[in-house]
Amino acid sequence: MNNTLTHDVLIVGGGGAGVRAAIAAAEASGQVSIGVLSKVYPMRSHTVAAEGGTAAVLREGDHLDLHAKDTIFGSDFLADQDAVEAFVREAPQEVIQLEHWGCPWSRDPDGRVSARPFGGMSLNRTVFAADKTGFHMLHTLFQTSLKYEQIVYYDEWFVSSLLVEEGKACGVAAINLQDGQVRPISAKAIIVCTGGAGRVFPFTTNGWIKTGDGMAMAYRAGVALKDMEFVQYHPTGLPDTGILITEASRGEGGVLKNKDGYRYLQDYGLGPASDTIVRKKMELGPRDILSRAHMKEHEAGRTFEGPYGHYVHLDLTHLGEELIDKKLPFVRELARNYAGIDPVYEPIPVRPVVHYMMGGIDTDAMGRTSLEGLYAAGEVACVSINGANRLGSNSLTECLVFGARVGREATEYALGRDAPASKPLAQLARDEERRIEDRFLKKVEGKERISTIREEMHQTMEKGAGIFRDGKELRETCEVLRTLRERFGDIALTHQDRVFNTELTAALELDFMLDVAETVAHSGLQRQESRGSHTRTDFPKRDDDNFLKHSLAHHTPQGPSITYSPVTITRWPPEERKY
Amino acid sequence: MPEPTITLKVTRYRPGQEKAPSDQLYSVPYHEDWVVLDALNYIKDKIDGSLSFRWSCHMGVCGSCGMMVNGVPKLTCAVFLRDYYPKTIRVEPLENFPIIRDLVIDMSDFMEKLRRIKPWIIRETEKPLAEGEYLQTPEEHETYLPFSMCINCMLCYSACPVYGLNPTFLGPAAIALAHRYNLDSRDEGQKMRQPVIASHEGIWECTFVGECSEVCPKLVDPAAAIQRSKVSTTQDWFKSMLLPWKTK
Repeated sequence: MNNTLTHDVLIVGGGGAGVRAAIAAAEASGQVSIGVLSKVYPMRSHTVAAEGGTAAVLREGDHLDLHAKDTIFGSDFLADQDAVEAFVREAPQEVIQLEHWGCPWSRDPDGRVSARPFGGMSLNRTVFAADKTGFHMLHTLFQTSLKYEQIVYYDEWFVSSLLVEEGKACGVAAINLQDGQVRPISAKAIIVCTGGAGRVFPFTTNGWIKTGDGMAMAYRAGVALKDMEFVQYHPTGLPDTGILITEASRGEGGVLKNKDGYRYLQDYGLGPASDTIVRKKMELGPRDILSRAHMKEHEAGRTFEGPYGHYVHLDLTHLGEELIDKKLPFVRELARNYAGIDPVYEPIPVRPVVHYMMGGIDTDAMGRTSLEGLYAAGEVACVSINGANRLGSNSLTECLVFGARVGREATEYALGRDAPASKPLAQLARDEERRIEDRFLKKVEGKERISTIREEMHQTMEKGAGIFRDGKELRETCEVLRTLRERFGDIALTHQDRVFNTELTAALELDFMLDVAETVAHSGLQRQESRGSHTRTDFPKRDDDNFLKHSLAHHTPQGPSITYSPVTITRWPPEERKY
Repeated sequence: MPEPTITLKVTRYRPGQEKAPSDQLYSVPYHEDWVVLDALNYIKDKIDGSLSFRWSCHMGVCGSCGMMVNGVPKLTCAVFLRDYYPKTIRVEPLENFPIIRDLVIDMSDFMEKLRRIKPWIIRETEKPLAEGEYLQTPEEHETYLPFSMCINCMLCYSACPVYGLNPTFLGPAAIALAHRYNLDSRDEGQKMRQPVIASHEGIWECTFVGECSEVCPKLVDPAAAIQRSKVSTTQDWFKSMLLPWKTK
């Protein structure tokens, strides 16, 4: 059963970054064989849920330097500026490439691709397909990829570990969910594109599948996770479900009001309030500041209280039915179905919700990691262009730009190399098979439930690593996570056969999440400053003297060990971040 | 007051252990705001970890969680318990597909069909990226846009009586997607897709019962795509017979 499957380039994850990487690899060389492993069908990947748009300099009057400056400013100066410059330079061609592949970008009357305002962006540079941008991008990419016969998809294969031999990544062990068998797949180059890890928190816009698998696998293989303390809260999610109500609703003119009907953002350095759209001001401020403002309003007793906690109003009623149906149809559909209100006539209840991990696998601007043969791109990676706070609509572009870069880079690497030896690989896979059997499938004793440990992880992450943090609570969260790690060793499964065992995958995902959660809490505890999304009430100021640097979380049996690396500054020296 | 509950009657099928699917009853807390998927997750987390089903986004866009709910194909993240309460809700795997386990169906047949209809832009010559986008007026954009909304949730295949009888039928979603590319002003590939669509397992089998459009959660209207493909295929045939010089 251990007959090894082999590819030159193996991509783990079939979302925006993964499929873009696959196409780039295929276009780089007709000779490479490309495997794409996804634990779901690729078009289910969470890129599908992105709504508002993708940023690129395409319009007259805009300039690459402006996009770079907005991004760096938004990052609270923690982004690597060389990476940001490469990012903004390659963004336009990637967005046009998607257009050539058929993406149904919304159009201006003259037939050109439209662009809309977005938070923290100084011009209209967010290209969109109504408010289903991620859906259209992912389906366009996936459908386009089907014309390349050299791309082989392994749908519903769950990768459980990276296989490393003699200091090089040489393959993966993966469970084919249909029959439950663990198989080794060898490759010369492996690209991790598994997305973020919002599911370590209880209240998130992220789909069920976003459990940080790739982050944890790279971490266990000795690659550092960078800037993990930076977790983005999106200011506008539905209170019950956490369903995302896109920032585009504010880009199109929607406003946020507290329970007194007051546009409170003017009290948080984002004013003055205006009836017209002013970029980077008020509702078009960056997400970290808007989410904090919401929490401050809550503390001051000026938010609404509902069955699912505090909320404010996102008011679109002045935009009119025609505009909403044309540019925000999904917002209307979601608000009607899941909040029972029609935004044409009533304001939408919203509150901040965990949305995006700025941190991830430490890579350079070509997607390379410290482990030879291992690459990463998309939300799973930390290049870093997002620093301490990502600007909305930069992440879809990041998937395109760095997906394409890493696809080409990994192909070039693979072309010059021999396939890894299959014998040690088969042994590594047998070890993984045994680990899964011993720890999960054949284990008869055990008194912990997956859902109990997951819920306790959620609680401690929200309590200690939420929007406002302090040393005491972060320390407690670190301690709770350690005990959960121990208790995890005592879980028991009720589903012990192999076919489509989603209880086993849930256990493996929880195992990954516990690692990722620890890196978030420990990196947060040690960063004794406030920067971007990371707000320490005990260290309320940004501290460039001590913390203008990336954190790196390294795996040890006792938990994460944190070191630091410098931030690359090219042309934009740090200054106070005021909007 | 005891907490109100609702009963779900769920299909179980464990290959290798059972010859045929059976039903299992689960009682779960009733919440007005819960969708059927929330109840399934409650079962998975609190009652029976061995129940298998697919889901991810919980917002009607990833297309994973299609099942039969009281005999009708539905996204279980988009139907509420309150629409059925207090009656028992019957949850089954999507019809017309082989079952892998419990509520998980085998949709690999669709994935092959998807590739066969060439769902990508086909052009004789490519414009260099440096020359920018292909211009497309809002009207041209609107022409194909509704057919680009398919999330591949398989509800239409489950509702389709033709697919139920003849699994070689290309099916509603695949035909709608081919139609989407044929209608796109940037595309020149209609002739390359036509043989697949017009083949014996293609649109001629469709009896225009329209169930596919009725169950589509994204209002794609595959039935219209199928009818319009029939018309254009017929026109092509007539043109090629009667006006052979016009088809070149």
